[in-house]
Amino acid sequence: MHEARRDRTGEVTRKAVHGTARDRTREVAIVAFAQTDHRRRTDDLSEVEMLMPVLHDVLGTTGLKTADIGFTCSGSSDYLAGRAFSFTMALDGVGAHPPISESHVEMDGAWALYEAWVKLLTGETDTALVYAYGKSSPGEVRAVLTRQLDPYYLAPLWPDSVALAALQAQALIDAGDADEPTLAAVAARSRADAAANPHAQLSGPVPAGDHLVRPLRPGDCPPIGDGAAAVILAAGDRARELCERPAWIRGMDHRIEAHGLGVRDLTDSPSTRLAAERAGAFVPPVDLAELHAPFTSQEIVLRKALKLDGDVLVNPSGGALAANPLMAAGLIRLGEAAARIHRGASHRALAHATSGPCLQQNLVAVLEGEVSHG
Amino acid sequence: MAKEPVAVVGIGQTRHVAARRDVSLAGLVREAAQRALQDAELTWTDIDAVVIGKAPDFFEGVMMPELYLADALGAVGKPMLRVHTAGSVGGSTALVAANLIAARVHGTVLTLAFEKQSESNAMWALSLPVPFQQPLLAGAGGFFAPHIRAYMRRTGAPDTVGSLVAYKDRRNALKNPYAHLHETDITLEKVQSSPMLWDPIRYSETCPSSDGACAMILTGRAGAARSPRPPAWVHGGAMRSEPTLFAGKDCVSPQAGKDCAADVYRQAGITDPRREIDAVEMYVPFSWYEPMWLENLGFAAAGEGWKLTESGVTELDGDLPVNPSGGVLSTNPIGASGMLRFAEAALQVRGEAGAHQVPGARMALGHAYGGGSQFFAMWLVGAEPPPGAGEAPSG
Repeated sequence: MHEARRDRTGEVTRKAVHGTARDRTREVAIVAFAQTDHRRRTDDLSEVEMLMPVLHDVLGTTGLKTADIGFTCSGSSDYLAGRAFSFTMALDGVGAHPPISESHVEMDGAWALYEAWVKLLTGETDTALVYAYGKSSPGEVRAVLTRQLDPYYLAPLWPDSVALAALQAQALIDAGDADEPTLAAVAARSRADAAANPHAQLSGPVPAGDHLVRPLRPGDCPPIGDGAAAVILAAGDRARELCERPAWIRGMDHRIEAHGLGVRDLTDSPSTRLAAERAGAFVPPVDLAELHAPFTSQEIVLRKALKLDGDVLVNPSGGALAANPLMAAGLIRLGEAAARIHRGASHRALAHATSGPCLQQNLVAVLEGEVSHG
Repeated sequence: MAKEPVAVVGIGQTRHVAARRDVSLAGLVREAAQRALQDAELTWTDIDAVVIGKAPDFFEGVMMPELYLADALGAVGKPMLRVHTAGSVGGSTALVAANLIAARVHGTVLTLAFEKQSESNAMWALSLPVPFQQPLLAGAGGFFAPHIRAYMRRTGAPDTVGSLVAYKDRRNALKNPYAHLHETDITLEKVQSSPMLWDPIRYSETCPSSDGACAMILTGRAGAARSPRPPAWVHGGAMRSEPTLFAGKDCVSPQAGKDCAADVYRQAGITDPRREIDAVEMYVPFSWYEPMWLENLGFAAAGEGWKLTESGVTELDGDLPVNPSGGVLSTNPIGASGMLRFAEAALQVRGEAGAHQVPGARMALGHAYGGGSQFFAMWLVGAEPPPGAGEAPSG
């Protein structure tokens, strides 16, 4: 069973080599990024009201108006909103009249960005708006996320997201890849870095606390909060017009793993590694990585899968441990990485997003601050 | 660099019924996917990526079910994208998959859409609590009935037109072995005397709640050349959205629908859709939407759609057959309904629609809409490759 899966994965990799990324002549970049201040609750705001300032911000950065955008794509989840079709209302915030070319993924906004990137690669349009939002505050998010699990055998047991992450953390400790102090160090670094991020929900010293679910303490877990983010993509010369130093997407790929935790090695993330290979993350090396690791233990898993050594700056934004608005947190990783390239603070950056329990699904993008000579 | 031409080389669907108690969600989607693979004579290893769509997760009570369904769809180790654009999602999902081919990101993609409505009650799932929606607005019929009345008032259509559509689509469904409703004793009188649900929508003029899934295998030029059966070629595809409600919205004939159709026709070089398109699979969940969409899609002038329907043009043996499969009125696994329209259009131009085949269909339209008539997805498929598809890539 394991062997078969490895073979299949290997085949996918081989196909990739003779393929795609180098053949494509169209260059696409992230040219603008905006996000909300992430807060524990936003009872005073509807989703549309939370989103509007971010959309205005990202459009304002480029001087574009809704009518100038060729394609719009969003990511969100009805389960957070507690109602079906919540994204139909969010569309009101975009101002979609005259009608727009638009789509939506019921996933993190990082995958909305992927869909938009593909649309730009077809050559049908030159610009795209991508946005994502999530309000976790109206419900009990640990309970809500149990509804992601196999509905017949697993979900009825209500294993919550922290408990599942704790299984992964314990597997990591049992394998000798980490211990509790290592986890605590990840938490401390993230919170300290977040002090320089005005949007972060949590920053400063990690509060002491007993285990939430052994071996995870409160500092090992992401905050629960509400937030939104938006990105503008542009192709070729349009990107150069809209941004002084565009963050060119050199490659992007995403992969999913089996759902059953029992058939996965939770100490590893083969889907991340494969996505990174396909995205071209290993050669040449990156100088920055924004990882979507909601739990400290997951950062350790991802660092191993991505072969990140001490030379690579990881999550200077504070990462998902400092602000984790569900459905937007992955898109924010892409936005944060791009923003550092825009500022000249990074040359070649990796951005990662995850979805599902214990890093089931992973996306990797490589962003670069210069025109390629290829 | 020119886009890669996109071909449909495999189509599979489940037999649609009110409740598939014999299969899980995973079993349901796998059945459709395996039929599509068999049709294309491909195996799971030939698939580079999976694009899946469905309408609200609330229907089955599973949040982001693609995570759980990855194994059943052979997606482990592959990219998997999940699309959700309300009722239009089946169409949007196919278009997102088609773009992966067109952009040359992947060579062969499995796209699938499903709904297992028996695991919920869609009528009440669509009846949102106050204050999200006004009181007494139960189900989709409650939302759309006023727009139908507006259409009738605006065009002077006689109130008999809706029942003609339902009678036609239910008879067409008798020729489609996969259709949910097989009402062998259907008569026009039975439709006309069925109970009034949301005036002017009668019981027999509404779509059923179905369990079902639809899958397609999309590929590029090389994949099409290896196809054991005739491919259907995508000549145009587009999505358009507008807000749910705003002062300038025309709920009878939304601008987003008109713009979407115009974009697809432009891509395909269609200047006279009434003459150049041989078959139409349009999203008609309530019978009156056939004449309404005939106008919105440019097959009839404003106010004239009901006359086409009344004259029999849209019958299976008319010169513009609409919903030869029996349509949404006969089969409605909501998330899959849009993809079924796209897939049925492809079956028609492949000449593989069986007893509901439109003779000689060369160009067919698949249409889907969703939300409060605000999301539109369409594609035009043809028996021949689009112009220039035979040439080598320029870039």
